[in-house]
Amino acid sequence: MFCEKAFELIKELRRSPDSLPLFNDDAVRQVLEEMRALFEQNQRDVNAHIGGDASFLSGVHLRHTALERNKRCLLAYLYNRLTRIRQMRWEFGSILPPEVKYNLCEPEILWFNKYSKCLANYMKSIGDNHGLNLTQDSKPPKSLYIEVRCLVDYGKFELDDGESILLKKNSQHLLPRAQCEPLIRQGILQHITQ
Amino acid sequence: MENADDVALSDEEPITAQKVLQTLQEVWLNEKFSPELLQHQSDLVDCILDQMQQMEENLQKLKKNDFRVVIHRMELDRIRYIVTDYLRIRLNKIETYVIHVLEQDVSRSTEDAFLSPPELKFAKEFLAHMEDHFRLIALRHMPSNVQDFDKAKMVVIPNISSHVFLRAKQSITGVVIEGDVENREEEVDLEENSQHIMQYKPIADYLKTGAVQLI
Repeated sequence: MFCEKAFELIKELRRSPDSLPLFNDDAVRQVLEEMRALFEQNQRDVNAHIGGDASFLSGVHLRHTALERNKRCLLAYLYNRLTRIRQMRWEFGSILPPEVKYNLCEPEILWFNKYSKCLANYMKSIGDNHGLNLTQDSKPPKSLYIEVRCLVDYGKFELDDGESILLKKNSQHLLPRAQCEPLIRQGILQHITQ
Repeated sequence: MENADDVALSDEEPITAQKVLQTLQEVWLNEKFSPELLQHQSDLVDCILDQMQQMEENLQKLKKNDFRVVIHRMELDRIRYIVTDYLRIRLNKIETYVIHVLEQDVSRSTEDAFLSPPELKFAKEFLAHMEDHFRLIALRHMPSNVQDFDKAKMVVIPNISSHVFLRAKQSITGVVIEGDVENREEEVDLEENSQHIMQYKPIADYLKTGAVQLI
């Protein structure tokens, strides 16, 4: 049956809705191969039709529909991967952790870097070149200071008002929420909620 | 804010900071609940950012343990959250409906444009990157008759028939609601300050003129 491999790609994404699976290079190559075979068969049939034999037309039509379906499934697979990768820029910042980067193919990494730059340029130009970091303040602020626990030995951390704090593993601090947010996202600090 | 700093937005009478914040909140809620992208408000955003910078400078002058510092910082954090959320929501809609949004804005004049200049630049670049990616990874390996990046097939359009909660700020007569099965059309009058839940499509124009507010 045509287009089975392309459908498998879609199912693969459905199976893991929260994470990004490894880029299925093999399956993509097989889908493109099937498309090539379908097209070549069609060309042969069309040539035969021009030669006077009209019995192949329905076959041509079927194969063309299969071609379009393959294209649609493949592009849907790629597009959905892009949306997940885009989400990562908002969660991890412009540098991807290596275990995540492993699942992306070369063109996807290229796209990620381009998107990252595009987004950074946009954020810089907000408010008449005033600049605003949109990846921060993702939740409405409940309080000014939050209790955090340090998960790794980070060292000295300077606050906005000049005070510097030594972040040792397992130490707890009461710090301004806005300045802790990037560290929490990187996994250096952990927000303690009772 | 405690002091009503007067900020002149135009040549008319100065608009209070209170009013600016109120407008920001309304604009944010409208953008949040509307299924489609609304007109950009970059004048408002610029004004808010300027105000925030001024507040920040004022706070630097106060002593660190002054009680007012805490209150004002909370206020600053809240305003910053609203502005960033508003811009994030817009960016999300631009990315999801990129082809549709760009097509629509081409036919509009610069004053009526829905995308601000930085947003327009971002949208064009985003679409270009996506197109390049598809070409590089798949389209160039495909047979020649299906190799094109067909925008008409790829466009994603927002569902403008989805339902929204709204409050009518003015009295509106004659809102036409399309019927469903039997194709009956109903005409409804909305009283001032009444609240309703209905499809987005009939009231879309009223939203743009400011006659209704999404909640």
